[in-house]
Amino acid sequence: MSPGNESEQSILEIRVCRGTGCESARAHQLLEALNKEVADKGLENKVRIKTIGCHGFCEQGPVVTVEPEGLFYCQVNEKDIKEIVESHIIGGKPVEKLFYTEPATGKIISKYEDIPFYKGQKKVVLRNCGEIDPSSIDEYIEKGGYDGLKKALLEMKPEQVIDQILKSGLRGRGGAGFPTGLKWKFGRGSKSDKKYVVCNADEGDPGAFMDGAILVADPHAVLEGLIVAAYSIGADEGFVYVRHEYPQAVDSIKKAIIDSRKRGFLGKDILDSGFSFDLSVKEGAGAFVCGEETALMTSIEGNRGTPRPRPPFPTDSGLWGKPTCINNVKTLATIPVILRRGAEWFSSIGTEKSKGTAIFSLTGKVKNTGLVEVPMGTTLRHIIFNVGGGIQGDAKFKAVQTGGPSGGCLPADKLDLPVDYDSLTQAGTIMGSGGMIVMDETTCMVDVARYFLSFTQAESCGKCTPCRMGTLEMLRILDKIRSGNGEEGDIEKLQEIAITVKEGSLCGLGQTAPNPVLTTVRYFRDEYEAHIRDKICPAEVCKALIKYVIVSEKCIGCGACLRICPANAITGKKNEVHIISDELCIKCGACFEVCPPKASAIDKIPAYHGGGH
Amino acid sequence: MQDLSRADLAEQVIPSLQEIQERLGYIPREAIIWLADKLHLSEQEIYGVASFYNNFRFTLPGKHHLRICLGTACHVQGGDRLLAATSEKLGIKPGDTTPDKRYSLERVACVGCCALAPAVVLDDVVHGRTTQRSLKRLLDSVDREDRKAKKSEGGSQ
Repeated sequence: MSPGNESEQSILEIRVCRGTGCESARAHQLLEALNKEVADKGLENKVRIKTIGCHGFCEQGPVVTVEPEGLFYCQVNEKDIKEIVESHIIGGKPVEKLFYTEPATGKIISKYEDIPFYKGQKKVVLRNCGEIDPSSIDEYIEKGGYDGLKKALLEMKPEQVIDQILKSGLRGRGGAGFPTGLKWKFGRGSKSDKKYVVCNADEGDPGAFMDGAILVADPHAVLEGLIVAAYSIGADEGFVYVRHEYPQAVDSIKKAIIDSRKRGFLGKDILDSGFSFDLSVKEGAGAFVCGEETALMTSIEGNRGTPRPRPPFPTDSGLWGKPTCINNVKTLATIPVILRRGAEWFSSIGTEKSKGTAIFSLTGKVKNTGLVEVPMGTTLRHIIFNVGGGIQGDAKFKAVQTGGPSGGCLPADKLDLPVDYDSLTQAGTIMGSGGMIVMDETTCMVDVARYFLSFTQAESCGKCTPCRMGTLEMLRILDKIRSGNGEEGDIEKLQEIAITVKEGSLCGLGQTAPNPVLTTVRYFRDEYEAHIRDKICPAEVCKALIKYVIVSEKCIGCGACLRICPANAITGKKNEVHIISDELCIKCGACFEVCPPKASAIDKIPAYHGGGH
Repeated sequence: MQDLSRADLAEQVIPSLQEIQERLGYIPREAIIWLADKLHLSEQEIYGVASFYNNFRFTLPGKHHLRICLGTACHVQGGDRLLAATSEKLGIKPGDTTPDKRYSLERVACVGCCALAPAVVLDDVVHGRTTQRSLKRLLDSVDREDRKAKKSEGGSQ
């Protein structure tokens, strides 16, 4: 098991990513095959197989890396395992066909540090993601894990820790950007016999997976941050409130808590410092509003997760009326590294008012989707075009959405905007928790606004009337516009209700729910007008405004569309031209997708044109 | 349970409901009555909490549970069209179960597989980069497996 130094040199470490992306691409089968192949060939002392959390470049999953060389194999299939073992492990010759090919240049790149996706990033919070086996507390400790906690508990007073965090300039990564040190200071200042800390891992933003990925890939960093938070404010009990939809994350943090307790980082008299703290995991039950801190606490207490007015702020009166400090996963994962490397180091990264790095889950119509970390102040253009590699199929960029249902969509002329709390707010969106969804010409902005609003409308807890009824009314107007029944004045009505909803709601959900509508109206008003005046959806998305037709000159009669159509709306004999019935068609686009590219016989056309309208 | 305060008991509601659903697949009415009695709360209080959260179901799900993700990335990549086609194919709306109890269909807000959108979750297994064709194949393979299982069951009797 523990070979001497010489053989240690020649040992290869094969890391298999089991983040949600890679896992959905069957990483577990690949891991099984790899384990079996290595065992069959008796290579256990030549290689070490390790499971890692999200390596970041999900788009290329399943991802396998080989250390110490830092080689990067992408889209690895079960069938490739034999070749990796025979050629690379036994023969010493890496499998070139599994290396990454840069789409723009066709250049083959063997090491991940040379791939533009990674080169354009700066890993601070994600420092251990893809490096360590998240289930091993030893590997975390080897990387300097729990050093920050030791320093805090054994060398610093709580006030000094808070001071460090204040100096670092760290702002809450949940989205609102409130200074973390200040929150802790308030928590410290509240007098009470009992205090709580909570890690908010209720990552409900659709299209965002950073917090889940960190919990899976580096759970101890989050724990360490939470223990330090508890020490700083003087709490002896804590909770991790995590989404039920992330089973991997739930398992990962639960295991980390057990291991951490065994090592004496949790429990009574931690590290003989006299400080005691313990915590448990609470699984959310699928309510988006519970990501809001007061709703989250109501939910932990076992009630319907409705928000309550602030003040009192949780640091004065939180869980069961006791002072409670709530921090986001990313905020907490940043704490250990600040303590270890110092506030000055941390505040040297980023901009004047937004320190450190920003983490995004970069998704949508961008080439390189995945988990991304860049210094605050990096431009959107850098993230989307350098790290993200540009738009899929080299289509035209249309918009980027940040901040989830509370955020907004920014157009191409905002691409040079630096990403920080204040710049994004000024442009009408928010930093948010880290969802970044890229959209191209095939995305309809009215449809996107409607999508977010339908989400917040459904998730509105119903307590405040402007939010409950206002979002419903806005949704009705958007549906009217999308169905081709929009009228002059609808846009103004939307804006008017939006302001009422924003001003008349208690919590962040209602206060921000109109943002996607307001920003799309602000930047893409012509698209709304095309829907209203011309009854055209320029992106060809809104179902009522398009129809699918088969171009008879192009149809080869292969029957692919007929077989996939779930509505039996397509008729035609083999080798003859097929026809779509407008009455039966549900416009799911299945036929459009399966029509062989050599024929491309299915066309989307405006429903209200060419039909004698 | 006697020594616990009302707050302590209330705190048990959500974890208890989660455990019931984990074991039974849904929250039957009887379970609400049972839990209310156990936690010294009213049935209305328990149901009030349960119905607030999206994760709790009050009807038995089908043999296969298909969830189609409609997170933002999935929506942008055509998740809603997948849902429309599947809904039509199975002949049920999201949230419902087919009359033969084989499939239940649900829309889910985000499963964290955004980078490989659109994603679907069939019986707790996440499938990324789903296309109309791959989803049809997936369901066809489930049908095939089930038929095979039924056959061998019938054969062994």
